Parts: sequence; structure tokens; C-alpha cells
Amino acid sequence: MKVKLRIWRQKNSQSKGKFEVYELNDVAPDMSFLEMLDSLNQRLVKEGKSPVAFDHDCREGICGSCGIYINGRPHGNDHRTTTCELRMRRFKDGETITVEPWRAAAFPVVKDLVVDRSAFDKIIQAGGYISVNAGAAQDANSIPVPKHNADVAFDTASCIGCGACVAACKNASAMLFVAAKITHLAQFPQGRVEAPERVKRMVAKMDELGFGSCTNTRACEAECPKGISISTIAKLNREYITAKLKD
Amino acid sequence: MTKLNAKIPEGPLADKWTNHKAKLRLVNPANRRKLDIIVVGTGLAGSSAASTLGELGYNVKVFCYQDSPRRAHSVAAQGGINAAKNYKNDNDSVYRLFYDMIKGGDFRAREANVYRAAEVSNLVIDHYTALGVPFARDYGGLIENRSFGGVQVSRTFYAKGQTGQQCLIGAYSALSRQIDKGTVTMYPRREMMDLVVIDGKARGIIVRNLITGEIERHSAHAVVLATGGYGTIYYLSTLALNSNGSAAWRAHKRGALFANPSFVQIHPTSIPVLNDHQCKLTLMSESLRNDGRVWVPKQKGDPRKPNEIPEDERDYYLERRYPAFGNLVPRDVASRAAKERCDAGYGVGPTGLSVYLDFRDAIQKKGRKYIEENYGNLFEMYEKITGESPYEVPMRIYPAGHYTMGGLWVDYNLMTTIPGLYAIGEANFSDHGANRLGASSLMQTSGDGYFILPYTIADYLADEIKTPKIPTSTPEFDSAEKEVKDRIQRLMSINGTETATSFHKRLGKIMWDYCGMVRNEEGLKKALGLLDELKVEFWNNLKIPDTAGELNQELEKASRVADFLELGKLMVYDALNRRESCGAHFREESQTETGEAKRDDENYSYVAAWEFAGDGNEPILHKEELKFEYVKLQERSYK
Ligand SMILES: Cc1cc2nc3c(=O)[nH]c(=O)nc-3n(C[C@H](O)[C@H](O)[C@H](O)COP(=O)(O)OP(=O)(O)OC[C@H]3O[C@@H](n4cnc5c(N)ncnc54)[C@H](O)[C@@H]3O)c2cc1C
Ligand code: SF4
Ligand code: FES
Repeated sequence: MKVKLRIWRQKNSQSKGKFEVYELNDVAPDMSFLEMLDSLNQRLVKEGKSPVAFDHDCREGICGSCGIYINGRPHGNDHRTTTCELRMRRFKDGETITVEPWRAAAFPVVKDLVVDRSAFDKIIQAGGYISVNAGAAQDANSIPVPKHNADVAFDTASCIGCGACVAACKNASAMLFVAAKITHLAQFPQGRVEAPERVKRMVAKMDELGFGSCTNTRACEAECPKGISISTIAKLNREYITAKLKD
Repeated sequence: MTKLNAKIPEGPLADKWTNHKAKLRLVNPANRRKLDIIVVGTGLAGSSAASTLGELGYNVKVFCYQDSPRRAHSVAAQGGINAAKNYKNDNDSVYRLFYDMIKGGDFRAREANVYRAAEVSNLVIDHYTALGVPFARDYGGLIENRSFGGVQVSRTFYAKGQTGQQCLIGAYSALSRQIDKGTVTMYPRREMMDLVVIDGKARGIIVRNLITGEIERHSAHAVVLATGGYGTIYYLSTLALNSNGSAAWRAHKRGALFANPSFVQIHPTSIPVLNDHQCKLTLMSESLRNDGRVWVPKQKGDPRKPNEIPEDERDYYLERRYPAFGNLVPRDVASRAAKERCDAGYGVGPTGLSVYLDFRDAIQKKGRKYIEENYGNLFEMYEKITGESPYEVPMRIYPAGHYTMGGLWVDYNLMTTIPGLYAIGEANFSDHGANRLGASSLMQTSGDGYFILPYTIADYLADEIKTPKIPTSTPEFDSAEKEVKDRIQRLMSINGTETATSFHKRLGKIMWDYCGMVRNEEGLKKALGLLDELKVEFWNNLKIPDTAGELNQELEKASRVADFLELGKLMVYDALNRRESCGAHFREESQTETGEAKRDDENYSYVAAWEFAGDGNEPILHKEELKFEYVKLQERSYK
């Protein structure tokens, strides 16, 4: 199949970017979206041109490295799919595809489609953990955890930190990402001990790093490749209010 | 041959680690703050080591090539992590776990190390659980276990099909906590380009900042490599695409011996190659073979769709060759059998390089609902990639490079042959012999980082408390940095016509054809020549665009491929030397009359540890004899 690509090219964080158009005539429907970009890059390199930079690693939807804005949607059109899992058979022959990096003040563009998501790491460093040193734990079965809580913890810990929620949000809010972590750690008795401090610190950090506020548009939930539920945001809000009341 | 001292402690197997710990020296808390430790890698091995050393109060610097430590390849592990908790009351024990690993490794691993890995496995589960890793639980709120890889007990802890992701998020959170506290400094998007050795000791690394292209110097009192495996040498593998062997290879060239480099596990059930552009092979869990039947058409190149081929025209070759184990033969046996059929011309799919894994009978017998409950997510994943539903048509699968048992040689303290340089996790060679059992890598990587290395490294650092901060202005740093820059300059200035990816593909094909699932003398010798030729061509016809002073992913690839071209040759030398079949290493010359692997304990019961002898020279072999005092050597048979 044939596709026409409009790709955002930007040399580095200082320079201004612009769209460039490329045409590919031999795209196999089996190819993943990133394999399609790989083949474009092979061609560009051979022509002595600069290939399109993009982040990727696992190529199976679990590491969270990839993340491209495709035809106006983070990770493209498919439901619950990361960019690397997206297949070319989901596009029409002859289609023009617009390819952009995440757009958010807190995720500055590094080059082409690569952005700097270190703000997410900083939020986790501000309390997104349970404080226990190696060797200090008791037997794993000494604290039973209801299956329901364990399942919720699993679902929320499935966040891969890709940033699609931020890219999807018109306010570039990181609420879904933060709420997923708060909800995850709240499921365990040992996670409750630091809960008030955790939620206050993580929210403050999120604000400090330039993420916008949440206005409940639910765009994040619709685009999250791991199906993180917006109900986590309600949970975060409850935790936050309780913590503030204790101040 | 005197070079290798494994430092295995005296005494009964079950007491070795306890006795050894009692003798290891300590560093007092005030002195720890003055000691710098570099950890390269943030997978389960690197993250666990870095956070634990931080908790102990050392000054730790951690490096990874991804933009965040949370993305290390460990994140992709699916099936689970083993421990000898005996929660199922099925008479599991540390000894049984140890025994299964030694036997699974086809008697080519060190008894003492394997026993210790089993011994600390329970602590690992406790720690992950405390960190908030949601292992599967039953309705009573207690932890569930499942069985894995043919063992007779249920000792695998799991979190659906994404155990690695859930464990790594736990390890990453502990690492984040130490970064928050300031004991650990994180350097993401850095690629280790070389090791710096001063007066015989590892004292630092040279890294490339992948965003700016800057070459940086970092010094420390000790260096820990947790850089994972090198299975991507085959180009197509189940590993994350950027996984590489460069850090270990650089250390090898600086003097660290490399052990059993040719021991690579080829996993039998991965989604096969669909087209020429494919860059990766996605794993389909081994559990599918419980209900799927493997077959190919009896007629070569049969043009019919699988469902149109009648029963008596299908060759269920695993059931035919291995009536006792059928579709459930171990990974290495299943992989070789698939290759044999495809090589003989019976393979299916557009490339002829795949076999069917058919659920028709299971769906008929047990119902679609049962299949959905057990394999639903895998079926979905398969359909996303191939566009075919395994409920309707058989899956197509083929073996793929998956795990490297080989790695840097380490002693019982996990120290390489360079004093002060440690290797943990998949990067070392120590615990899996010639074949790794399922769910035992996550267990080993985490055990190394949380409960072994932090103790053993103190013993080394106890001698370093008077050593001031290592300056980065020494001649050794100067020359290492210069070598790195010169090499990058050489790569950039070739200005040929072929891409790094295209060389990588060609390298992968040589390795796969001659040093993959099946090896023989003739093929291996041929590979040596082919690798030499490819290396010459690489250094004369490579093309890298742009400059080295910016984010340049083609340069990153080229640098890794350059190292792979050399590491590949070492793998071939190792495979040539070992004229026996054991575990994943199958030498055609060493098989039984019925085509099964034949071990030669008399001549090859050793670890082959290779010394670098200069570019272009044959590596030097050192042998570490393996002594089996607690298990009896046995033959494996699945007929
Ligand atoms: C698809 C798949 C499924 C698997 N499932 C299981 C399972 O269910 N159970 C099990 O026990 N095992 C499983 N394994 C094996 C297991 O996942 C790995 O062996 C293990 O995770 C390796 O961990 P590690 O910490 O040693 O290295 P990795 O997790 O590979 O981490 C390597 C780290 O080193 C860094 N690095 C590498 N090179 C450099 C460099 N030059 N400079 C700077 N940094 C560098 C990387 O950035 C990364 O942080 C699976 C493997 C695969 C491929
Ligand atoms: S919440 Fe979803 S979209 Fe946001 S970072 Fe996590 S996985 Fe990505
Ligand atoms: S590359 Fe890992 S999630 Fe896409």
C-alpha cells in the first residue's frame, strides 16, 4: 500500500520545527507503524538525509518508550494500543498521515518526535513509592490483601508512563498518571502509612513542573493505551482532600 | 589456568552462603558516604542493586540508555518469578529449586551459586510484595502460585502476563525513593562506551550523552554492570530492540573474561517473521503448548489453507518424535524440531519459516470459554500483530533468540576478573548453565541486586575506605576518552552506502544460520570467515547521517553493531570449542542415534571463560572445572 506522511521535523529543542512530506509506496499491511517509519528512515539514510528520530524499545506495548501523535490522536486511532502495536493495515491505501510529537509544556521536544518526559520521573520521586528498605520486609503472606484490591493495584500499576494522557488533554494535565500511582499504592495496608504525604507531594510536584489542571474532559482515559480508568482521579481527589483536612 | 578462582566457600552446600556472609568484611555507615559506586543498567538487576546500595548509604550513580529507568528490558518479562516459598504445600524447598535449576541447565552451572540464588529467592518475593507489587492473589487475599516450565511444583509468582512490568515498577519506585533522598543520582539517556581501569582496578566509565552527543567521564571506587543480555545479536529476537552487548564487550576488551558466550536460549513459540521489514519477534508464552498442537503439512509447500488440510495429511511431528512428552518437550527440543521441519521444506506461511500451533481440538474438547480464560490476552496480542484470530485459524509460530546464559565470568562474589568490576543479572553467566528454566531470571536478577551484591561489594570496598574520590583527570581517563572519540570519529567518517541496520540483519543471519539452534564444525568455521568479511565491509561501507554532536540514533546502532561483530566471533569460537551438545547448545556431531543431544561430561564439564587477546587474535580459553558434589549427573530424555 501507499501512504503520504506529514512528519514534524525539529532539529533540537531550541530550533523551530516544521512539517515535511514523505511518500512511501511499498508499505506492507502487516508492518507496525514504527516499522513503517524504520523503512522510511532506511531510505533517508541511504539518500544522505537525516532520519526521523523517535523513541522506542520493547516494540510490544509494555515499556512506554514510544508515543507519537498520529492524525491528531496519541498512539493513533486504535483503542488501547501503543504506537508500536499499531499496524499499517489500520490505514487506508493512499492515506495522508500526520505524525507529530507529544505537545505539552512539561514535555519539551528534544528532536523530531522525541520528547523529554523526565517530569514523570520527578513526580514519582516525590513520593510515588512505599518506603521499605531491602531486607526489612516480612513474609509476603503475612498481610492478606483482598483480591479486589490486588486487582485494582495491578490495573493501576499497569500504567507504562507513556504520557499519552498528557498529550491528549487540552490542559496538558498529568492527573491520570498521578492518580494511577496514588490509587495503586493505596490498595495495600503498608501503602496507607505515607498516603497523606504522598498525595500532597506528588500533586505539588505536578503543579510545579508545569502540567495543567484537570477539567474532567475524559480525553486522557479515552487515549490511555493501558485502560487506566478516570475513576482513579476521583480517588486522588478524595485522598487529597482528606490529607489537606488533616493539615 | 591459575587465573580463575571462583572463591566458592568451603562447607556443606546449604551453609556456604551463611558461612561466607559471616566472613565478608563490612564498611561502616560513615565511610559508605565517601565511597562512590557506578551501576550501569536499571533493569531488575541494576535498579535493585542501586536502590539497595543507596539505602545502605553509598554514593551511587546509575546509568541507562532509555529516557527513564522504568523502561529497561526487564519490563517485558511475562510469565513469572520463582521462589521456594512452598506456599502450595507441595513439598517445594530451596533444595528442590536448586536441583531443578541445575538439571534444567544441563549440569553446566556452579552448584554453590545456584543454591544461593534459590536461597535468597524468598526474600525477593517478600520485598517486592512490601513495595506494592500486586502478585496474583486468591479470594482469601493470599498469594497464588502457578507451575511453569515442566517442573512438578507450583512455585511461580506472577502478575497476569506482565510480571516483569509489575516487578520493575516496584524496583523503580524504590530507586526513585533513593533519588529523592539524594543517595542515588540517575543518568538516563547515557550509553556506556568504555570502562576505565586504573592500576588494575575498575575506576570508572566513559559514556556518551545520547541527547547532546557529549562524551562524559564518571569515576567510582567500584563499577557494577547490570546491562542485560545480548540476544539481539541475531537481529530478530524477543528482546527490546536497543538491548545490546556493548558494555560487557567493552569490559571484556579491558580484561574481563567472558564465559560460555555461545549459550543462548532459543524460545520455541514466538510470532514468526511476517515481512522483510520486521524488527522484532514477539513472544507467545510457552504455556500455550499445554493446549495447542504443533504440526506442519505432510506435503511440501502444500498450498491449501490450514483448515482445509485433512487430519491424515498433517504431521504432528512433536507427538510423532516424542510420544511421551509430545507437545510439552522442553524449549530447546521443541525449537530444534521446528527448525528441522522448516529446513526440510515443510514450513508454512509466506516465508516457509513457521509451523502451526493449533487450538482446534482444544476448543472442541474444552470449549471456547476455557481457551478464552486461559489464553485470551495472548490470542488478542497475536491477532493485533498478525490480523488472524487463533480461534479461527491455527497460530503460526517459530523459534526466536530469547536469553543469553553466557555473560561476563564472575566469582562467587559476583566480581569479574577485573578487581572492582561486578556483573549482575543477565549480564553475568553464573546461574543458568546451558539452559535457563522459565521464571528463574527475574528471580536471579533481583536476588543479585537486593541480597547478594550489596554484601559482597562491601568486602571489596572495605579496602577502599582510605582511597579518596577518584579524579577523572588521570591519563587512564584521558586515553579511554580519546579511544572512544576516535572510534566514533572513525564510524562517522566511513561515509559508505549501507546502513547499520542492514549490517545488523546480515550479521544476525550468519549467527542464526551457523551459531543458532544447531551448530556444526563446518558451519562454525565458515561463520568465522563470514564474520571477518562482514566486519571489513562494515568498516568500509557503513553510512551514518548527521553528526556525532547531537541525538543520532544511527550512530547508536552502528556502535552496537560494531561490537556485536566482534562478540559474534567469540560466540563462534566458544561453540567450536565445545564439541558436545548440552542444553541449548546442540552440536550435530554430538547426538544420539535418534538425534537427541549428547553431553560429554568427561571432557566438557567446565565453564569456558575467554580472555581477549587483542584485535584479530584468537581468544584464550580458561577453564573453570565444575564439581558436582550434591547432584548426580544424569541424561535428559523426553521420548
Ligand atoms: C519477552 C521476554 C519475556 C521474558 N519473560 C521472563 C519471565 O517470565 N520470567 C523470567 O524470569 N525471565 C523472563 N525473561 C528474561 C528476563 O526478562 C531477563 O533476563 C531479565 O529481565 C534481565 O534483567 P537485567 O536487569 O539483567 O537486564 P535488563 O532488564 O535487560 O536491563 C539492562 C539495562 O542496562 C542498560 N544498558 C544496557 N547496555 C547499556 C549501555 N551500553 N550503556 C548504558 N546502559 C546500558 C539498559 O538501559 C537497561 O537499563 C523474559 C525475556 C524476554 C525477552
Ligand atoms: S495513565 Fe495511561 S496514558 Fe497516561 S502515562 Fe499511564 S499508560 Fe500512558
Ligand atoms: S516501544 Fe515499548 S511501548 Fe512501544
